[in-house]
Amino acid sequence: MTRARLPEIAGFALLALGLGAFATAAVPPTPGVAACVAGLVALRRSAAPLTRYVANRCLTMLGALLVISALVFAIIDLPPGDYLSNLIAELRATGQASSVAQAEFLMREYALDRPLVERYAIWMGFWPGPHGFSGILQGDFGRSFELDRPVADVVREGMAFTIGLNLAVVVFVYLTALPLGAISAVKANTWVDYLAALVGYIGLATPNFLLALVLMYYGNVAVGLPIGGGMAREFIGEPMSWAKFGSIALHMVAPVIVIGTAGMAAMMRRLRANLLDELGKPYVVTARAKGVAPATTVIRYPLRMALNPFVADIGNLLPQLVSGSVLVSVVMSLPTIGPTLLAALRSQDLFLSGFILLFVSALTLVGMLISDLLLAVIDPRIRLAT
Amino acid sequence: MKADPDAHYVSDEPYDPAADLKALDRADLDASTWRLILRRFNRHRLAVVSGWFLLAIYLALPFIGFLAPYGATDRDDERIFAAPQAVRLLHEGRFVGPFVYPRVETFDMGAFRMVSEEDRTRPQPLRFFTTCGAPHRFLGLVETSFRVICPPEGGSFNLLGADRLGRDIHSRIMWGAQISLTVGLIGVAVSFAIGLVLGGVAGYFGGLTDAAVSRAIEVVRSLPELPIWLALSAAIPPGWGPVTVFFMISIILGVLDWPGLARAVRSKFLALREEDYVRAAELMGASPKRIIAVHMMPNFMSHLVASCTLAVPSMILGETALSFLGLGIRAPAVSWGLMLNDALDLTAVEIYPWLLAPLAPVMMVVLAYSFLGDGLRDALDPYS
Repeated sequence: MTRARLPEIAGFALLALGLGAFATAAVPPTPGVAACVAGLVALRRSAAPLTRYVANRCLTMLGALLVISALVFAIIDLPPGDYLSNLIAELRATGQASSVAQAEFLMREYALDRPLVERYAIWMGFWPGPHGFSGILQGDFGRSFELDRPVADVVREGMAFTIGLNLAVVVFVYLTALPLGAISAVKANTWVDYLAALVGYIGLATPNFLLALVLMYYGNVAVGLPIGGGMAREFIGEPMSWAKFGSIALHMVAPVIVIGTAGMAAMMRRLRANLLDELGKPYVVTARAKGVAPATTVIRYPLRMALNPFVADIGNLLPQLVSGSVLVSVVMSLPTIGPTLLAALRSQDLFLSGFILLFVSALTLVGMLISDLLLAVIDPRIRLAT
Repeated sequence: MKADPDAHYVSDEPYDPAADLKALDRADLDASTWRLILRRFNRHRLAVVSGWFLLAIYLALPFIGFLAPYGATDRDDERIFAAPQAVRLLHEGRFVGPFVYPRVETFDMGAFRMVSEEDRTRPQPLRFFTTCGAPHRFLGLVETSFRVICPPEGGSFNLLGADRLGRDIHSRIMWGAQISLTVGLIGVAVSFAIGLVLGGVAGYFGGLTDAAVSRAIEVVRSLPELPIWLALSAAIPPGWGPVTVFFMISIILGVLDWPGLARAVRSKFLALREEDYVRAAELMGASPKRIIAVHMMPNFMSHLVASCTLAVPSMILGETALSFLGLGIRAPAVSWGLMLNDALDLTAVEIYPWLLAPLAPVMMVVLAYSFLGDGLRDALDPYS
């Protein structure tokens, strides 16, 4: 018995050790990551199916993240030249020799003169760079050349805002899609259903950014919603307070609606279809024949059955939401990392754009992981399958 | 005819209810799959209308030069931010035929904006089926300046107003359709090719190949599309011509879209592999190529066509978003997204709301594709 539980105990211990190293920042992050991975591998041999499933799922996610990081690095490296070599060419052309030497020094400093694979390994922290191991694994995200600041400083505030915005949108999507989808299934082919379908189709067909423009303008004219920006001007740079939080919440109303509408429409249609299938089944007819209250008939079992794909669907929803938030942020000048990404891509600011792309991809991956874990908790069929 | 107290018509022929039922059954059994599909598709009114609408605009694309009153890049200094001119039929209660009232645009130095005034005294009749304006090339071969609608003599015809360079928005929407509508098709073709090959390989061979493709599908599916599209289009060198850029953008749009299709193909393959007729073909020594092309392909092609139709709208919206952000189609070319780029400025939209006009065709086309795709998906499975 104790023998069987050995991998589980060892796994949890290693995982705790790794996470602890992260949390206290006592040792550099690399051993922490290694300990976490080792812990997860050990947990795959655990006796409990749920633990095994979670460990498996986490490991796949880490693998996917690794592949994505390579992909992202290859993509941002595609355009010929980079910010520094463009700068050097420009300086040469204007005859500023001393600055050229400085820029060339920077190129060596950030190992931009080495081949692609080596640069990737240095960026990730698998390979020693000019200053030893110093990459994303070690918590060093590189430097933005254009802004002349560390990437971590540039994106810190934007990252928090991006996560907050996307969370708010997910909550909005679920809170609206659930009742709307359920009502349009129960009242199928009545005016309520058609109205919901119409709203849904408009949400699907209007480009996000235009909805943003229209809503920004009319929201301001009709109910005085603030135009653009993430918070009122006097709060920028202030520490967090209730007043600031209120201001941010008010500014988020329009973007949340804009980003969420398309996803909400798709999710609503799917819930409607699932629930309609379920409502035609004999057990529902039996319940109705036995005189169960109409609301209970729908909510008790059919809704729960139809809800399963609803949770699974977050995998489709999240990439779409993150994309939407990047675009809408540019239009509404929200302080997410969207506008920063656009500027970084335009000026070929390698490390900045690379890190942001990796971050938004990681955001969707983590979201999908959470949805999968939720599903495993809700539905025993899934966690027992592995 | 028998005497009937209520004077209803009753046929004298002997009635056999069983035969009647049988006849109905037979009609459906004998009907070919295509007939069943068509019958079912025709029941979706919205899908039928959408199909005809899309067919009409796609057929019109090569003839835009004849249909648009102006060229795509014709500029008129007098008509900067000109307001829309309505087509009218009655002048002072008298029928004159289709005409417009001339509008005079002046710059209001106080409000710092263009002000447009309609001159209700001079009706200017539109000209039809004549030559006017700069010549355009039909299919790059014949040079002509023949047009279906021409602006009135000495006047202008801006049905949807003009933009900041005095270009006619109505004509530009028509020209922009050429790019905005084909981008989606090329993108879908690219994603279809990748999805079909990868999904087919994974589904047919299974094992390690299947595992590898499935992982790839998972990774690509979890990428947020727009940021990657942005990164890829930022990589297009600035020196490339509009046509090359257009093709690159279409390919970029297709490159991220294949996982959905590949997954559909893979699951269909896995299901069909177990069918007896595939086993029979295998036992008779048919090559994998033949089995896939002759026996399996026809069985899921219809399903794929519906998936493709549903994939086009996201590509059109993607192109619009990219061009809107300035990383898509580039200036001499015209696309709906590029035109909407002017609307990025909220003040301009408030003063000159007709800048948002390209929004209408975008929504119409996207909705039409969605309805058509839904209808096709339902109809292509007539035995369900």
